[in-house]
Amino acid sequence: MCLAVPGKIIETYDSAGMRMGKIDFGGVFRETCLEAVPEANIGSYVIVHAGFALSVLSETEALESLEAFRELGEIEAGLSS
Amino acid sequence: MKYLEEFRDAALVKNVVDEIHRIVTRPWVLMEICGGQTHSIMQNGIDQLLPPQIELVHGPGCPVCVTSLELVDKALAIAAQPNVLFCSFGDMLRVPGSNGDLFSVRARGGQIRVVYSPLDAVKLAQANPDKQVVFFAIGFETTAPANAMAVLQAKALNLTNFSILVSQVTVPPAMEAILSSPTNRVQGFLAAGHVCSVMGYWQYPEIAERYKVPITVTGFEPLDLLNGILMNVRQLEAGSHEVDNAYSRVVNREGNIPAQRILKQVFQICDRNWRGIGLIPQSGLCLRPEYDDFNAEVRFNVGEIQTRESEICIAGQVLQGIKKPTQCPAFGTLCTPENPLGATMVSSEGACAAYFRYARTESVNA
Repeated sequence: MCLAVPGKIIETYDSAGMRMGKIDFGGVFRETCLEAVPEANIGSYVIVHAGFALSVLSETEALESLEAFRELGEIEAGLSS
Repeated sequence: MKYLEEFRDAALVKNVVDEIHRIVTRPWVLMEICGGQTHSIMQNGIDQLLPPQIELVHGPGCPVCVTSLELVDKALAIAAQPNVLFCSFGDMLRVPGSNGDLFSVRARGGQIRVVYSPLDAVKLAQANPDKQVVFFAIGFETTAPANAMAVLQAKALNLTNFSILVSQVTVPPAMEAILSSPTNRVQGFLAAGHVCSVMGYWQYPEIAERYKVPITVTGFEPLDLLNGILMNVRQLEAGSHEVDNAYSRVVNREGNIPAQRILKQVFQICDRNWRGIGLIPQSGLCLRPEYDDFNAEVRFNVGEIQTRESEICIAGQVLQGIKKPTQCPAFGTLCTPENPLGATMVSSEGACAAYFRYARTESVNA
């Protein structure tokens, strides 16, 4: 239930005073409430749960984590050689 | 899908798995709190990649599983009323009450709709002014802002035919209940990443310090889970009990302040009864009195509820990490997803359902 997936904002609009967005989840489009992510704009990746965006995904942090996992492999290769 | 597939990369998974094998020297028991993580662990075979010293036990982070029997019975009673359109997340429909489930209410003519978002239920209320639309607002802190937003939206639209039946629970009191139990086995926690995306993790250092357990904020993809386990085991091996974050692309220490504001505007902290576990003080969220007009428990008088729980089901012990699903005499025989005795066998987040679906047997997990 606490599953939430990243999607890209492709459109923002107002619905009865609520900030909403159309989100692209890899080709599947859904409407999402953007009230809690005022800093998110078109092109931002947001983490969406039950039609509500919980946070803006940090692309920098994502890339840094992946780089750290890569380096882990290099360190291990160094240790075993 | 971007920012999902990268975190399932097999070569990188191997790097992290190798590192866990390299550093572990002693047996450790870790608990993942969130049921979504339990399913990801089973689905991806994470438990089978770990060294035998590391045991994962599964936490209570399954909202459908911990929603009290009394509230499930109330939902059944409200949903059976003639003018009600009862909306729920799909997981809830097969959860056994004392006498049947929401599917059985639907079979008897009750109007029940599965919705993806509580905001969809608000739309249904707009489209059906002649009906009372009730949304079963279950969930942890992850779902609370969406549920709160639905109430705010219904209020802004002056809807008089929308209400929610609230079964909101919160994670930190449940962690403390588990850690302070004399039967506790948990030595390290993987904190639920999406709960933390809303609430942050500033509340956790106090718990980590008091119970001397490391707590690692953890995501849901294979690399996220393995990184969470690696960081937690590193701490355990070093004898430290800090709070660290293995899900930094989504979670920061403070959490989402606007989401917390929306949550606090509509909900207040209350005591909450957890199914199979019992009353945990200050572990729930209830509607503030000024939103009584949107409170289904105020709007519908369903009379006194007499609850009756299965005598065989050990869901409560499973939810606290005391027993594994395969230790239940009814697992896979009397109790299956099609014919569940307890909610943990129903939900896409329940530990029993995960074991059943991904064919974990006693021998695999021994």
